[in-house]
Amino acid sequence: MRPKHQRLLLAIVALVALIGAGLIAAAALREEASYFYTPTTLAKAQVAPGKAIRLGGMVQQGSIVRAKDGVSITFTVQDKDQAQKVAYRGITPDLFVEGSGVVADGRLRDDGVFVAESLLAKHDENYVPKELADIDMSAAEHTKDTLAK
Amino acid sequence: MMAEAGLAALWLAAAMALLQLAGGLTLLRGGAGQLTPLIKPAAIVQGALCVFSFFALMYLFTITDLSVLLVASNSHIDKPMIFKLAGTWGNHEGSMLLWVTILSVSGAAIALIEKRIDARTLQVTLAVQAFIALGFFAFLLFSSNPFERLTPAPAQGAGLNPLLQDIGLAFHPPTLYFGYVGLSVAFSFAVAAMLTRQVGPAFARAMRPWVLGAWIFLTLGITAGSYWAYYELGWGGWWFWDPVENASLMPWLAATALLHSVSVLATRNALRAWTIMLALVAFAMSMAGTFLVRSGILTSVHAFAVDPERGSFILALMLVYTSLAFIIFALRIGTVKQGEPFQLLSREGGIVANNIFLSVILAVVLIGTLYPLAAEAMGDKISVGPPYFNKTTAPIALLLMLALLLGPMLRWRRDDIKRHKYWLVGFFAIILWSGVALWKFAPDIGIFPMLGLAFALALAVAAWVPLKGRKLLRTPLPVFGMVIAHFGLAVSVFGMASESGFSKETLTALAPGESAKVAGWQVKLADVNPVVGDNWVAIEGEIVARTGGRSFVLRPQSRQFFQPEMQTSEAALLTRWNGQLYAVIAQPDENGDGRWQVRLWWKPFVSFIWLGGVLVALGGLIALLGRMFRRAKKPAKNRWSEA
Repeated sequence: MRPKHQRLLLAIVALVALIGAGLIAAAALREEASYFYTPTTLAKAQVAPGKAIRLGGMVQQGSIVRAKDGVSITFTVQDKDQAQKVAYRGITPDLFVEGSGVVADGRLRDDGVFVAESLLAKHDENYVPKELADIDMSAAEHTKDTLAK
Repeated sequence: MMAEAGLAALWLAAAMALLQLAGGLTLLRGGAGQLTPLIKPAAIVQGALCVFSFFALMYLFTITDLSVLLVASNSHIDKPMIFKLAGTWGNHEGSMLLWVTILSVSGAAIALIEKRIDARTLQVTLAVQAFIALGFFAFLLFSSNPFERLTPAPAQGAGLNPLLQDIGLAFHPPTLYFGYVGLSVAFSFAVAAMLTRQVGPAFARAMRPWVLGAWIFLTLGITAGSYWAYYELGWGGWWFWDPVENASLMPWLAATALLHSVSVLATRNALRAWTIMLALVAFAMSMAGTFLVRSGILTSVHAFAVDPERGSFILALMLVYTSLAFIIFALRIGTVKQGEPFQLLSREGGIVANNIFLSVILAVVLIGTLYPLAAEAMGDKISVGPPYFNKTTAPIALLLMLALLLGPMLRWRRDDIKRHKYWLVGFFAIILWSGVALWKFAPDIGIFPMLGLAFALALAVAAWVPLKGRKLLRTPLPVFGMVIAHFGLAVSVFGMASESGFSKETLTALAPGESAKVAGWQVKLADVNPVVGDNWVAIEGEIVARTGGRSFVLRPQSRQFFQPEMQTSEAALLTRWNGQLYAVIAQPDENGDGRWQVRLWWKPFVSFIWLGGVLVALGGLIALLGRMFRRAKKPAKNRWSEA
């Protein structure tokens, strides 16, 4: 093989590999990227049960119910207009309390309950999940409304 | 007073960098002007000034000088001394000062010790290095001044994020920075070699120790970061594909590829343009990592402050450096001559395979990390998590391991597959045997853990083959380094596959005196007590774990910090030779029946993950020592046999 051809061949191989990487990534992203929803956008969107999604909002006052086993809970995530029931089994994050913000990764079950695989709560002032930084305002207003009633 | 001195030193250091850059530019424009002899001394002085500035800041943290804004907002008078020291770089400004200090010290080190490349290339290298430093000096001086005063001074200080109050913090960020900055040196060498048209083995041999050093630090940094996340976050996982983790993984992947290709360039004078390209990519990944971590664009414990201006500044720096470098690459690469040819089945061919697989992994990780950011810029909120990364990287990593079975045995230039047929049959037998055994006895662990275990076993044998037929005492150290690093990879993959395939978990609520079971362990919550620390209080579970007639005590805690207010879980780990028992206790169950949430894992061979990581770094260290030692004895002689 002449040297010139070898360099060309290497460049082609590298190019093909990178295009392949792009294709693999695109295909996997199509299946695995989870979209962020608030209860309102989730109610509007037709999300198939079993698809990985991410849900963010405020934990509704008085909605946390702890099961007998001591490790399973259900609660309701709400935003300004809508509410979504969530089930979770595990240790809840430290700052997970009613009225605080939460981001849950998980999937919708056939009965419409969102089954969370992990919960992310607001940790401290310097560490706010990005999704929450945006919705805190509207949710805070909402909480105020609820309190006023 | 100290703050002002530190700031002044920083300005002077910036002036030194400017001087080096000017000297480098006049040099490239033809004449060796009056500035050129000043480049080397300026680099040394710049390094000294930065070190002074950094120690000035450290001193301010040590005495907790609250009239300095940075100290007041990140430290606290009651904080233990080690965390006061570590607080120097546990924040945005301090960490950027550390970055530029390491950068300048590397520049000084090149100026002092580098003797292998010609003076011109060396001077241009220092000028490029100074050009990078200038961007960071501007960043520090104009938008992130670490020495800014605060009047009036507060009485206490705000404290440090408790998650970061850990001994891991003291060493994790500096370790990664050494890695990032080492790659900046490789970048400077590469740009300088293109500018002075000296792309060849001499340049590769000058660059290699820096790449190797950077790679060792990155390996250690990633290993330590992974272990830190494992025991500190209390989630039982050791890698979360968090963008911040990816920010350290991507430069490592690029550096690993570069490490292998630079060795081809140094030994065989092939893969010239390819190596230059990888050096540029590796530094681009370091900058991208710094950007991702420091810009506040991500949600993470590493994102100290969300400040769009700073994010844009680092992004601008990154774009300027990488685009300039790629323009130079595009303009000059035509003048880089084609290297020595080789056949497909050769050591070079094996290293090309290594480079391609690593680049593909790098590309899918990069896409997965940046895609959510791009989508968000378009108004979509998307998160890309472990399912994506595992699915895309695991198969390619397995292919890489297959290539690694054969690659190191091959001869340079050309080889014959028949020479290796017995070995190949042997590896295939190991894979088949362990695959069938797993299929029969543990059919539901998943395909990736199964293949991972089988390939790891084969690689654990294959890694030692390059030593066969050598007189051990006369074998060059770099060969030992390679063997140990490859063996370390096998150990680490074995740990990963075993952890993901065989971990057992129990989640339950226990009252004191009650027991639970996890994977052959009988675990009893004996008692729960309050404990008090320096700046926290906690509840501590006393957990008695029994197996096979022996019993052990674990004491996990759930801590409440005051400054700032925050709760953390301190997991308790029991390490056995064949795995770890991992226990987490949470705050009391709120049903009020006196039970505590307890989460238990049995993770077989999980410690092999980090043990392997340390072995990989150790291999790198042995290779590096070998290079330095050999150089001292016998200056840079080209030999085919070296790895």
